[in-house]
Amino acid sequence: MNMEMFDLTVIWAFIIGFGLMMYVLMDGFDLGLGILYPFAPDEDARDVMMNSVAPIWDGNETWLVLSGAGLLGAFPLVYSVFLPALYIGVFLMLAGLIFRGVAFELRFKSKRNRHWWNRAFCWGSAIAAFAQGAVVGAYIQGFPVENFAYVGGAFDWLTPFTILTGFGLMAGYALLGATWLILKSEGHIQDWAYKITPMLLALVLLVFGIISVWTPFVNPLVWERWFGNIQLIWIFPFLAMACAFIVYRSVQKRREAAPFLATIGIYLFTYLGLIVSKWPIIVPPNYTLWDAASAPESQLFLLVGFVFIIPIVLTYTAWAYWVFRGKVRVGEGYH
Amino acid sequence: MELDPLLLSRLQFAFVVSFHAIFPVFTIGLASYIALLHGLFYKTENPAWDRLALFWTKVFAVVFGMGVVSGIVMSFQFGTNWSNFSQASSNFLGPMLSYEVLTAFFLEAAFLGVLLFGRGKVPEGVHLFAAIMVAIGTFISAFWILSANSWLHTPAGVELIDFRFHVTSWSEAIFNPSFPYRFLHMAVASFLTGGFVVAGVSAWFLLRDRDPEANRRALSMCLWLLLFLAPVQAVIGDFHGLNTLEYQPTKVAAMEGHWETGTNVPLLLFAIPDQEAQTNHFAFGIPNLASIILTHSPDGEIPGISEAAPEEQPPVLIVFWAFRVMVGIGLLMIAVSLAGLMLRRKGRIYSSKLFLKSLTRMIALPFIAVLAGWVVTESGRSPWLVYGMMTHAEGLTPSLTGPMALFTLIGYVLVYGAVFYAGIYYLTRVVRNGMLPVEERETTGENFKRPMRPLSATHTPFDDDVDPVRS
Repeated sequence: MNMEMFDLTVIWAFIIGFGLMMYVLMDGFDLGLGILYPFAPDEDARDVMMNSVAPIWDGNETWLVLSGAGLLGAFPLVYSVFLPALYIGVFLMLAGLIFRGVAFELRFKSKRNRHWWNRAFCWGSAIAAFAQGAVVGAYIQGFPVENFAYVGGAFDWLTPFTILTGFGLMAGYALLGATWLILKSEGHIQDWAYKITPMLLALVLLVFGIISVWTPFVNPLVWERWFGNIQLIWIFPFLAMACAFIVYRSVQKRREAAPFLATIGIYLFTYLGLIVSKWPIIVPPNYTLWDAASAPESQLFLLVGFVFIIPIVLTYTAWAYWVFRGKVRVGEGYH
Repeated sequence: MELDPLLLSRLQFAFVVSFHAIFPVFTIGLASYIALLHGLFYKTENPAWDRLALFWTKVFAVVFGMGVVSGIVMSFQFGTNWSNFSQASSNFLGPMLSYEVLTAFFLEAAFLGVLLFGRGKVPEGVHLFAAIMVAIGTFISAFWILSANSWLHTPAGVELIDFRFHVTSWSEAIFNPSFPYRFLHMAVASFLTGGFVVAGVSAWFLLRDRDPEANRRALSMCLWLLLFLAPVQAVIGDFHGLNTLEYQPTKVAAMEGHWETGTNVPLLLFAIPDQEAQTNHFAFGIPNLASIILTHSPDGEIPGISEAAPEEQPPVLIVFWAFRVMVGIGLLMIAVSLAGLMLRRKGRIYSSKLFLKSLTRMIALPFIAVLAGWVVTESGRSPWLVYGMMTHAEGLTPSLTGPMALFTLIGYVLVYGAVFYAGIYYLTRVVRNGMLPVEERETTGENFKRPMRPLSATHTPFDDDVDPVRS
């Protein structure tokens, strides 16, 4: 294994890791709003919820496609093991994302059929979020792989553990959605968001707690990591807990931006904790980043494009958020 | 009956890729048309061009949106159903497909927003520039995808070691032997598709006497374009066929329904190829013509299908008839374009009801021709996934079972059925709404802060009971 290949593979690991993090955070809150949709106090609240993400949701999903494309080019083994192993789940996720995407566009353009688009938005978001949570669970759990190919069955991924991670991510996305709504709404809609945030926070802490305790038993490598020599990694769960506390306090003080930012903190540190538990295993249980990598020339060829495009996408994203900053009011449509 | 995951996966891929293909094939042509309209408006300042550009940009937005949604599914198909293939070919196809995604994002981020929402907010020249860049961008997108696809037909620049392709020359792999022909054939097909749709819609408006001034201009310019491009496409197709004869002779033999190697091959107009008996029934054709077309000599020898062992032959019946559908529609296009020229000389081009009605009815035909063409080339490659190097069976996901593949096949049919029913329904509403008068345009919410998404560029309501100004 020469030096050059080592560098490129690590660079790609950072790019993909960054892309997935961006995706989870950004599509997280708009999927979360979809999950909260049926519980919204009234149709005005639903209008505001959807309007608060309508201008940016597709930019958020850009990161999923970007990470997926990067995986095929840089770590094809991930692509060719995860997708067959999660075959049914991937289909459900795609179907969910398609339905909610269309609902964004056509809900505002219809009245008679609006309740159908409401349903499509809610179910699409919930199913996509669950499927993504199950993917995380399956990644922790590992796959039966022989000779660089998945050899398990259609529902091996669906275990009590992955069902829990699926609901866990749904709760986590709902929390992101509620705190986003605090930031973007006012009046009775904001009151409602303030009211549900502590409940969602408690749910998230409970589920994330069970997952954290359960994980070392599902995967021996994780056990070794956490109860082995590197004590420093315990900093991540503590930081995540600190963020959770900030969410709670800032909701009590009715602060507007802090709950959302602190929820992002919970995600960030949980994500980093997960990465350090698994590094450098990318196709568990056995294959590392380097086993999964494509040829160095291919990684280099594609890197040129990514280095060029990521700053553009980031600029575009920042600009879109800037243009649509501020509160969303009832009856004030983007459409 | 045993469910065959291979057959079901191929059906699924054929279904999702066909569904996807109809959108970009239209937007590629339409993007160039919109750029042209902007250019004409910039130069002449005639508001008719501006109104046409605005109308077709709205249609473009909806079709582009549907193309993106169906394209996302495509990018997962390789992994879910063809994981052995994606693992083996990732060194080459990974970067190619990723670059296509990057191109699309770059396009959307940088220029599509300006084109769709920049009207009146950016200077005319900048708007024109954005329109041109979007048009160029659609071609760059097509470049990556068609290069990747052509490589499956005429693989080059790689070596296969331990069931994995390693790139030895990027330029040879990207510009593989069939790529230039396929790219040209597809580019012209996109222009023909765009041209026939614009002509058909303009004719529909003219029949109802709506916006006759602008629609006459649109119809006239389309007919000139088609008069030139429809015959050009036949010539390009011929060159493409000669290239295929060189690299994939079995495919050409299947297109001609030509079983045994021989000379003086007839061009069959009708036949029912029988794969089992390795012969044709009810064959009827023009003597020597296939030899003349393919070798430019009546006694030229053409290799037959039987040169390949029966298990390495493509499904001849499908390839044979799909080819005739494509060529038949192509000839019809040439005939209609010539009829247009004759009516123009008589000065009846905008008044002949029969001609305008025929154009309206032809809107679907270029799409059918494109799909038939893809069926010819893709089925004709069978059983090879990467021609001569890897079969479909070898590329299939090993863990995939028949019931799994059947479940997602039905699933995609249902999802696409529901979503694209809504999409096409909405598109026809946008088209029927037609062009807005200039003064009305200012009140349709153009001044709202608005999302930069393609579909948001239209204000047409989905139901009848929504006020178009508000929505």
